[in-house]
Amino acid sequence: MFDALSERLGSIFDGLTGRGALSDKDVSEALREIRVALLEADVALPVVKEFVEKVKTRAVGEEVIRSVKPGQQVIKIVYDALVDMLGADEEESHLRVDTPPAVVMMAGLQGSGKTTTTGKIAKRLADRGKKKVLLASLDVRRPAAMEQLAILAKQAGETVSSLPIIAGQLPADIARRAMQAAKIGGYDVLILDTAGRTSIDEQMMAEAAEIAAIANPSEVLLVADALTGQDAVETARRFHERLPLTGLVLTRMDGDGRGGAALSMRAVTGLPIKFLGVGEKLDGLDAFDAKRVAGRILGQ
Amino acid sequence: LGRRKLDEDTLEELQDLLITSDMGTRVAARVTKGLAKGRFDKEISGDEIRLALAEEIEEILKPREKVVDFSDGPRPRIVLFVGVNGSGKTTTIGKIASKLKDQGAKALLVAGDTFRAAAVEQLKVWGARADIPVLAKDTGADAAGLVYEAVERAKAQDLDLVLVDTAGRLQNKAELMSELAKVVRVVRKIDPDAPHDVILVLDATVGQNALSQVEAFRHTAGVTGLVMTKLDGTAKGGVLVAIAEAYDLPIHFIGIGEKAEDLRPFSAEAFAKALVGIKAP
Ligand SMILES: Nc1nc2c(ncn2[C@@H]2O[C@H](COP(=O)(O)OP(=O)(O)OP(=O)(O)O)[C@@H](O)[C@H]2O)c(=O)[nH]1
Ligand SMILES: Nc1nc2c(ncn2[C@@H]2O[C@H](COP(=O)(O)OP(=O)(O)OP(=O)(O)O)[C@@H](O)[C@H]2O)c(=O)[nH]1
Ligand SMILES: [K+]
Ligand SMILES: [Mg+2]
Ligand SMILES: [Mg+2]
Repeated sequence: MFDALSERLGSIFDGLTGRGALSDKDVSEALREIRVALLEADVALPVVKEFVEKVKTRAVGEEVIRSVKPGQQVIKIVYDALVDMLGADEEESHLRVDTPPAVVMMAGLQGSGKTTTTGKIAKRLADRGKKKVLLASLDVRRPAAMEQLAILAKQAGETVSSLPIIAGQLPADIARRAMQAAKIGGYDVLILDTAGRTSIDEQMMAEAAEIAAIANPSEVLLVADALTGQDAVETARRFHERLPLTGLVLTRMDGDGRGGAALSMRAVTGLPIKFLGVGEKLDGLDAFDAKRVAGRILGQ
Repeated sequence: LGRRKLDEDTLEELQDLLITSDMGTRVAARVTKGLAKGRFDKEISGDEIRLALAEEIEEILKPREKVVDFSDGPRPRIVLFVGVNGSGKTTTIGKIASKLKDQGAKALLVAGDTFRAAAVEQLKVWGARADIPVLAKDTGADAAGLVYEAVERAKAQDLDLVLVDTAGRLQNKAELMSELAKVVRVVRKIDPDAPHDVILVLDATVGQNALSQVEAFRHTAGVTGLVMTKLDGTAKGGVLVAIAEAYDLPIHFIGIGEKAEDLRPFSAEAFAKALVGIKAP
């Protein structure tokens, strides 16, 4: 279990078994290894620091040294703390989409997986909840973004459709038109896909905030790449500042990245991770599972 | 930052600064060690520290700085763009294509992403902007077959250049990676020297996984050069320094936006300075 950290901690704790107490040196050496392991898993530095402090407090009180395998004992403390921080008690991925037409808004950096995830969520709502879902692309920038969403709507199921494309219309106006269409068409859920934007593009961030103000979404999901590195903190913080975010989606969890961004973004925003993207196809959407993500971060 | 002593604490702070750029713990340690040489325990100003750090980083990156003019060289020059999903392959091709228009090169774009919804339409928009033809088949078509056709056509029509888009794929997906290997194999059948360039497109927001991307795509597709996109955001792209240390791969361009003109030749000096927070003059 947890090869990466096991190896690191093993070398520190091997031979310690049976000794009376951990020395300060043992403890700080172990904490340093944990720090490096987390950084290598792409957990952002400020979050690593906070986490290591937490583990330190927990480890001090425990009788690590008397256990048969002190290294494993420390790893268990780390693992439990990770699961805790990732949101162990959260309910299974649930979207608040009960009052029709409920609006879900997608936001995030360029290429993070918003449009694909829009299709995936639509399919999930259609398959499991028998919901009638309307998809609308507010992306007037990326070439063929609207066509991409229209194709995905077709693939997502009988009860999923996309808003007809009107060239030249501005995002805010498309949002209004979509809300109107969702009401008239008797849709349960309207999902607004937005263009990708960097968090420091003031004009684009203001546009996103305006869309949220117009549409009054019951869910605003920040879609982020699970392969994200240290920038996860900055991106999450800035999007959280400007938009009424309600949850996170981590895509590309089917990669071999360690997924530290999940911990970073969760820690910075305090928001639940609602889904994990695990493939390019529309069925590649999993409910969030803190244990699985914690295991991944530790290099399982 | 005022003047301060370059002691252990300061060095640790600097190392942390580098880590937050995605440089990785090991390379960050090496860079700060280099900085400390001859300066340890001496008084130094914040500006001096930044400049010295930038110099250390530039030294690592400089050998990798290599501007490339795809419209030059072998004819037809076959250039393949590869990388994980959403890294910016199609957009980068669009940007390069837009430049070619000004240079008057006879080029062809190939919509080798026959998988993702509207990938073909996306490339066609870029082709129309650059006034360069796009060879495409329907979604679901065999990518290798399409690329074969493209290279044959380039030979027959005596084109200068073929820019081939490919579907995004995660490097741990064996099946998708072997499809990419097949594309390369098929091109080689027509011309043993082709593809002349295999450009791995990396997203600046990606962390340590970029190293594994380089390793896998190099192994599968024989990557010859790198492009890093999305440096207009808050991500610093420090993992490029770790890559430059580990691999002898030229870095050609950086992407700094979504528009045709948002592509710059890679400059080791500018990149190093931006990474440590020295603003461009
Ligand atoms: N392997 C994998 N690929 C994914 C996943 N989610 C999305 N993708 C791929 O990532 C790429 C980008 O996805 P999009 O949905 O277009 O991303 P986006 O955020 O809408 O992009 P922009 O609109 O340009 O900002 C595509 O190639 C998708 O197929 C995932 O969970 N796993
Ligand atoms: N801010 C910024 N966005 C970029 C840059 N390069 C590409 N993008 C955006 O990133 C998103 C994904 O770009 P694509 O060119 O579609 O990426 P791709 O690698 O072809 O994606 P797939 O084919 O789905 O794997 C688009 O929204 C682009 O506009 C860049 O340098 N800066
Ligand atoms: K449908
Ligand atoms: Mg999109
Ligand atoms: Mg593409």
